Amino acid sequence: MSTTAISQPVERETYLNKEYGIWSWLLTTDHKRIALLYLISITFFFFIGGFFALLIRLELLTPAGDLVQADTYNKLFTMHGMVMIFFFLIPSIPATLGNFLVPMMVGAKDLAFPRINLLSWYLYIIGGVMMVHCMLTGGVDTGWTFYAPFSTNYTNTKIVEAGLAIFVAGFSSILTGLNFVVTIHRMRAPGMTWSRLPLFIWAHYATSIIQLLGTPVVAVTIVLVAAERALHLGIFDARLGGDPLLFQHLFWFYSHPAVYIMILPSMGVVTEIIACFARKRIFGYSFVAFSSIAIAVFGFLVWAHHMFVAGMSVYAALVFSMLSYAVAVPSAIKVFNWTATLYKGSIRYDAPMLYAFGFLGLFTIGGLTGLFLACLGINVHVTDTYFVVAHFHYIMVGGAVMGYLGGMHFWWPKISGKLYPEGWAQLAALIVFIGFNLTFFPQFVLGYMGMPRRYYDYSHMPEFQVLNVLSTAGATVLGVGYLLPMVYFLWSMRYGKPASDNPWNAAGLEWKTASPPPTFNFEEEPVVTWEAYNYEELDAPRDEEVPIVG
Amino acid sequence: MIGLHHEEEQHPELLHHFAEPQQQRDAASLGMWAFLATEVMFFGGLFCAYLIYRRWYFGDFGAASKSIDATLGAINTAVLICSSVTVVVAVWAAQTARKTLLVAMLAVTMLFGLTFLGIKAVEYTQKFEEHHVPGPSFSFDHVPIPRHPGEYANPRHAEIFFALYFVMTGLHALHMVVGLGIFSWLFYMAWKRRFTPEWYTPIEIGGLYWHFVDIVWIYLFPLLYLIDRHP
Repeated sequence: MSTTAISQPVERETYLNKEYGIWSWLLTTDHKRIALLYLISITFFFFIGGFFALLIRLELLTPAGDLVQADTYNKLFTMHGMVMIFFFLIPSIPATLGNFLVPMMVGAKDLAFPRINLLSWYLYIIGGVMMVHCMLTGGVDTGWTFYAPFSTNYTNTKIVEAGLAIFVAGFSSILTGLNFVVTIHRMRAPGMTWSRLPLFIWAHYATSIIQLLGTPVVAVTIVLVAAERALHLGIFDARLGGDPLLFQHLFWFYSHPAVYIMILPSMGVVTEIIACFARKRIFGYSFVAFSSIAIAVFGFLVWAHHMFVAGMSVYAALVFSMLSYAVAVPSAIKVFNWTATLYKGSIRYDAPMLYAFGFLGLFTIGGLTGLFLACLGINVHVTDTYFVVAHFHYIMVGGAVMGYLGGMHFWWPKISGKLYPEGWAQLAALIVFIGFNLTFFPQFVLGYMGMPRRYYDYSHMPEFQVLNVLSTAGATVLGVGYLLPMVYFLWSMRYGKPASDNPWNAAGLEWKTASPPPTFNFEEEPVVTWEAYNYEELDAPRDEEVPIVG
Repeated sequence: MIGLHHEEEQHPELLHHFAEPQQQRDAASLGMWAFLATEVMFFGGLFCAYLIYRRWYFGDFGAASKSIDATLGAINTAVLICSSVTVVVAVWAAQTARKTLLVAMLAVTMLFGLTFLGIKAVEYTQKFEEHHVPGPSFSFDHVPIPRHPGEYANPRHAEIFFALYFVMTGLHALHMVVGLGIFSWLFYMAWKRRFTPEWYTPIEIGGLYWHFVDIVWIYLFPLLYLIDRHP
């Protein structure tokens, strides 16, 4: 490395090698570098959250509560939820892939507010440090939902600190959403009309709306919880005339749409991947685009389906049940359109596509079981059982994380300028799919048989053990599947083959610039004269670029 | 500025990633509007809580509301409306390059803001002395419910009113403090003659923020002070 540089051609300047040193990263306003900062930070929290999950699964290997104590177990599932939701899933795709790609896909040099983008990362880090400190000094035992009045009056764990950590991280999320909305409205390149935007952008637009309008509500709820704990107000305390149900309404008004913050960007990723690897224009572009907006809008109207057994009026429950069925319609539109895109496509089974297929199947199962839960009668039967746990893990892990990994593979050549090892990646995708199903499918059965969630000891029901052993075994496989990409992504940064500008021969502006891109993304401002997903044009026989297969 | 080495002459405040000043202005303005939408939802949670408890504890809320000094509240409302006027004049002064007027209007706006906070502090002191601050020493005994002879407000329910009163006006006051911070910076920039009719975006979006905080107060004032005043 030291002496062989003589005959090398001058290295092209990219966003990665423009400047060196820690401060060129910590003070950068380049959206691509901030995306990488986010990538490192959320990976850190993903493995912390995963570690808690591992301990939970180990405890449930045997019916007796023998690995950890009851209080510890409560803290484990609480911290698993808080870390995974607020510090991994919500920032996952928007803050990494979104940050990297939104300006490039619309043909801009950067997000509208680069310094606010950096501020958002620092807020995330401050929130994250507070959360880690909270974990190390005792943690929280309320469940990630920190329901009042348990959180406000009874538990003596670190509610206020965890709440403030989430509050600060929430503002990081708001600022990301704000940046995206303004960028998509105001920074599009000439010719990049709304109907030519990649559907990834539509998905992120819908996500940003939820981040902007939902997050402040949970922020003010946290303020009220903190004030209630510190000053003994009675807003959520029934003994003082307050209403604990109000807490649940305010909390779920954000936290249900938050589910769509997690899944919508993943849908955007999968749309890009399916169009590219089926070599077709996406079927029903405008339906897929507007279904994202519809999900964002309907998503705000279904929150109370988390509260069917909480003592809400039956009439309200009926309305929320019906609205919850309605939100399945735009999701189903997406699934049908993806499937129709595959029909008669020239399908290639590279790793990103394997993840996209995994997403399709798992999201469909997660979505359909969501319909079971929207049904009042079944909901009462399976409330607070492993059925619910399995359902939302199919959405958030089977859906959101599959999409995230698929997107990481798809755009890794663009991000790093290197190809990942395709064989290993396909193996990892397979392992993740098998491990995931082995972990969570038994939980559907367990839940339907009546195993409650959040119990560390099921020794009165030893017949649940077989399914729990399967689930724990699956979690181990899943863990291997998640570690593999981390290893070979890092490996490829040094040893991977250099990637061409457009290794997938994909449509989209981000593929028209170099890999890795220069600091201002494009050598000259792009002018868009074509529709999105013009794969028929791209594949028309002419002097084609040589397709590179990793 | 990184963008300066491009060929054509650029405005010194034009950031590198914008094509032209108009785009930068539009982005900043849309960004502030989006942020204000966030703020509406932030206060919206509190207004929602207020509406529910006002319906549940109608009389108690009336009695509790009556104990607040409406005159001070009315003066504060007038102060804030005046401050909004001076902000409008400041924006106009920036547009028309009246730099001394701009500096003066920003200063007057901040004075109004400080007056508001001062009066608010007087109100809080009164409430503290009357033991109307929620907590262990809260007391609201034998306060009659207006127009219901012989009925007295339930102190627990009145306490919820005061909890909301302090959280809502407290968060509003916090926004005022942030606004004063923003305006101090605007004042400094105006003092340094940095704003021109071509570039006064900070004045404009700082003004948007200030108006928003005023509007929140326009809703807080009747809901907290006036719900049970009858001639």
